[in-house]
Amino acid sequence: MLIKKPSDIKPSEITPESVYKNRREFMLDGSKLLLGAAATSALPSVANAQNGDSLKARAPAAMRRSPPAAWWANKFQDIKPAPDSEPFFTGESLTPYEDVTIYNNFYEFGMDKSDPATRSGEFKTDPWSVEITGEVSKPGTYHLEDILKPVDLEERIYRLRCVEAWSMVIPWIGFPLADLIRQFEPTSKAKFVEFETIIDADTMPGIRSRTAIVSWPYREGLRMDEAMNPLTFMAVGLYGSYLPSQNGAPMRLVVPWKYGFKSIKSIVKINFRETQPNTTWNDLQANEYGFYANVNPAVHHPRWRQDMERRLPQTLFSRRVIETRLFNGYGEHVAHMYDDMDLAQYY
Amino acid sequence: MRKFLKPAVFLLALVPFALLLIRALQNNLGPDPAQELSIETGEWTLRFLLITLALTPLRDFTGRSEFVRQRRMLGLFALFYATVHLLGWMTFILGFRWFAIVEELIERPYITVGFTSYLILFALGITSPKAMVRKLGKNWKRLHRLVYLASVLGVVHLLWILRTDIGEAVLYGSIVFVLLGYRIARKLNTKKSVFG
Repeated sequence: MLIKKPSDIKPSEITPESVYKNRREFMLDGSKLLLGAAATSALPSVANAQNGDSLKARAPAAMRRSPPAAWWANKFQDIKPAPDSEPFFTGESLTPYEDVTIYNNFYEFGMDKSDPATRSGEFKTDPWSVEITGEVSKPGTYHLEDILKPVDLEERIYRLRCVEAWSMVIPWIGFPLADLIRQFEPTSKAKFVEFETIIDADTMPGIRSRTAIVSWPYREGLRMDEAMNPLTFMAVGLYGSYLPSQNGAPMRLVVPWKYGFKSIKSIVKINFRETQPNTTWNDLQANEYGFYANVNPAVHHPRWRQDMERRLPQTLFSRRVIETRLFNGYGEHVAHMYDDMDLAQYY
Repeated sequence: MRKFLKPAVFLLALVPFALLLIRALQNNLGPDPAQELSIETGEWTLRFLLITLALTPLRDFTGRSEFVRQRRMLGLFALFYATVHLLGWMTFILGFRWFAIVEELIERPYITVGFTSYLILFALGITSPKAMVRKLGKNWKRLHRLVYLASVLGVVHLLWILRTDIGEAVLYGSIVFVLLGYRIARKLNTKKSVFG
């Protein structure tokens, strides 16, 4: 009942987790008996389950991931549920967990949509550190645990519009990017933020492909005001659970008013700079992918129609082809940043 | 044995379509079935084209003629998969919005190229009956050489869609290149033996 399409889920992905989870539950049951209620409240997965009840969306129990490390479980104990109104919430129906986690573009793992899910088994997300460089008063290499310590996790339900003309509605867990940026105290020279994805050829088979035309690492960037916008989000989870590798674990950007490729995954470097950074897609094909990449049905794209989108999941018999909205429907909160810009020129 | 070959090839060529149909009916094409259907039918079109092109070299190397006897049917299967590809794109990606279909055909080079390839296959398909072969005489062969152009355009169409890894297009492209090269070399050789 929980799993609609068993054939879509790789046995290799599900078995170890459920085994692990069973073992964990067994151990917790044991500790409950031994230590009583007072002790169990300190145990993360029990608290997590309680907290989870108030979240708007939870992954099916059988598919929930185990924490990459113990501190993750602690961090996920306290998550503020999404509100009931826009923009941090949308009432549109959610794209189911199993679709969000099997249909991904993450070319470091391969070109097919299912590659990131099926070929990321070796990928390690803990320990993880992020290098902070450039125009900040506190540069350095920080453990992700330390970066997350001062931030409060919250749930947000956002639309995600891919430049390939499909879209999803995803309940993320994370925190505003602004909360991360303030920690490192950018200087007045910091006008842009540049992000980099990890390169690990050993665990990312796409990087080993000889016919790949991308030069790694994947790089993305935002203007400082875009980065500080309250909508701009750093996600560390989805559906109340830890972020799967294919979705950009352990930490990825989510910029809901821009095409999905701006929302860079598995970030290892954040650089603050005075000039606009080069970005992967812009370097590869500047006429197709601009630096801004704001969702805009009026700006022509050489490959895909941008005035409509396939809201996933689709079936062939109940197709959901909907109109694409300017700024992906978030214009009220972001349009002011582009007031004096020609959006057709700065696409 | 021989009389079973044709029906066997026919059924085998239908297998990819049957599998797609079963997956579609079971709602098992993944979250983006329109995309999956496009990719699968597009690739099968290319595969059938390449198989069709490989039949003559296969006869030359094995000295057996059974292969070329399947060529018309396999060529028609390439057209069949291309038709499903085209109709699937019109229906499931563009929701049969005519203005959008026309706009796409004109504005997007990779679609123009793919559609041109389709028109060639269509022309070859309707001139494939024996009566048409007789009627067109020498011109039939000239016309049907366009299958190479259709294949090249098909590979270009694929290459143009790929975003980050051109592996597949390189693979299909190399096969077309080798097969076309073989035919040219063969032709030059025959000429030599006639005139030289």
